[in-house]
Amino acid sequence: MSQPAPPFVEPLGTRHRRQRLAGLALGAATAVAALPALAIVSFIVWKGWPAISWEFLTEMPVSGMTKGGIQPAIVGTLWLVGVSLLFSVPVGVLAGMYLSEYAGEGWLARVVDLAIVNLAGVPSIVHALFGLGAFVLFLDFGTSILSGGLTLGVMTLPVIITSTKAAMQSVPHNFRVACWNLGATRWQTIWHVVLPNALPGILTGVILQVSRSAGETAPVLFTGAAFYLPILPTSVWDQTMALSMHVFALVTQVPNVTEELKYGTALVLLGVVLCFNSFAIALRYYLRRNRRW
Amino acid sequence: MDDLVRIENLSIRYGEKAVVRNVTLAAPRNGILGIVGPAGSGKSSLLTALNRTIDFVPSARVEGRVTLDGADVRSLDISDVRRRVAMVLPLPVGLPMSVYENVAFAPRMVGVKRRAELDEIVERCLTQAALWEEVKDRLNMLGTRLSGGQQQRLTLARALSTDPDVLCLDEFSIAIDPVTTMRIEAVLMELKAHMTIILVTNLLMQARRIADVTAFMLNGELVEVGRTGELFVFARDPRTSDYLAGKFG
Repeated sequence: MSQPAPPFVEPLGTRHRRQRLAGLALGAATAVAALPALAIVSFIVWKGWPAISWEFLTEMPVSGMTKGGIQPAIVGTLWLVGVSLLFSVPVGVLAGMYLSEYAGEGWLARVVDLAIVNLAGVPSIVHALFGLGAFVLFLDFGTSILSGGLTLGVMTLPVIITSTKAAMQSVPHNFRVACWNLGATRWQTIWHVVLPNALPGILTGVILQVSRSAGETAPVLFTGAAFYLPILPTSVWDQTMALSMHVFALVTQVPNVTEELKYGTALVLLGVVLCFNSFAIALRYYLRRNRRW
Repeated sequence: MDDLVRIENLSIRYGEKAVVRNVTLAAPRNGILGIVGPAGSGKSSLLTALNRTIDFVPSARVEGRVTLDGADVRSLDISDVRRRVAMVLPLPVGLPMSVYENVAFAPRMVGVKRRAELDEIVERCLTQAALWEEVKDRLNMLGTRLSGGQQQRLTLARALSTDPDVLCLDEFSIAIDPVTTMRIEAVLMELKAHMTIILVTNLLMQARRIADVTAFMLNGELVEVGRTGELFVFARDPRTSDYLAGKFG
């Protein structure tokens, strides 16, 4: 610098100290946020690992669930999540696309938007009661994988809609204008340019909801999950066990269950969720690798 | 003169705000119409009415009419209008796909599938836009990875891929270097043999260099229009001569 700094400028030392302090504070906050997650995972692994074996994953529970494996719960969770995805992904993604690309900014669109965001905040037990009323009783699907899956689907719908909309709106508007200027229709623009670039974001939203579906207990409590049912489901009309429900049952309802079995089941649930997540991250990375702007 | 594009009593309002007031203007076939004027004079809005991208602005109201070869653009198919009236915007936009696909996009959208035909269009348009030599060995590279000046020529090549009758350029040189600007100007001088070019620009010297006819807009009104050589020397309206002399802007 050729000129002396004006007197109101803070001395360099103070600014450097403050810079270091800011870095430290942000780092500390991140550590505090990461710590519980790390603690939970390591605790569950530590307590549950001894229970994990091939038999545990592939056998039926026996002796009132105090012994044996948890295969029907694993399979049941996969069924429930699958049914919920079959419902919520098409409906949610299409609705999100509509809200992002077609609905515009009118008052009605804003009301719908607000409603969806609020719906995302509805507690899962409320969704459970809705599922009981709507699917189990009114539509007469009974207590079944179909009812449970649809209840999970309804619960996850708002987040899938919102994340789809956000992902599509994060694609620069310039791209759309460029396509329209070339005579492409709105739909061609969405299909060829907006959607491919929004896909990683949409997937992220979907996967977060897969994990949530697999983990929630309340929505399947009255609608599809069985307390103890040592057979594998064969259709969506069957009841089934589910991992989340099974953990709940082992911990609160069944006497004489070893710690190992409880934590083992929780560990499997955690593992299933982590599997979904890593698959999603890999897929997102794959889709994203060729799309930089 | 034989005019391909005629703008008749065109007014554009965004809500209450009038941005173009009662403009009547024609662009000659096989010529370059330059439109100059300070920022906010309605030049860009005028262009959006030509290819009806203004339809996407919900608050916009358009009065008067624009005709393309005698036909009101509002009576034509909207995709057709945009294919016949190509548009190059101020900031280069490489679509997030390969260089090749950028240029092949518009032809694909109307159902061109044969590889040979697409190859021919891509090479022709990139050559016309003075970009072919630089990218012919990396057509599969992402268009968004090109430099700014290259992306603007890619945008131009893409605009040419619909084989348009009219090419509109809205301040195409605002974000690119002078060398590329001169190259594109040279390209435009060649292209005008095949099409009508409408060039909106803030660079008076650019209009002077390449426009056959220049129009001066101020606050949404067309102040004056004339042959470029005459307008720059003998402007009838004092506002025009002041602007062209650089007294405001």
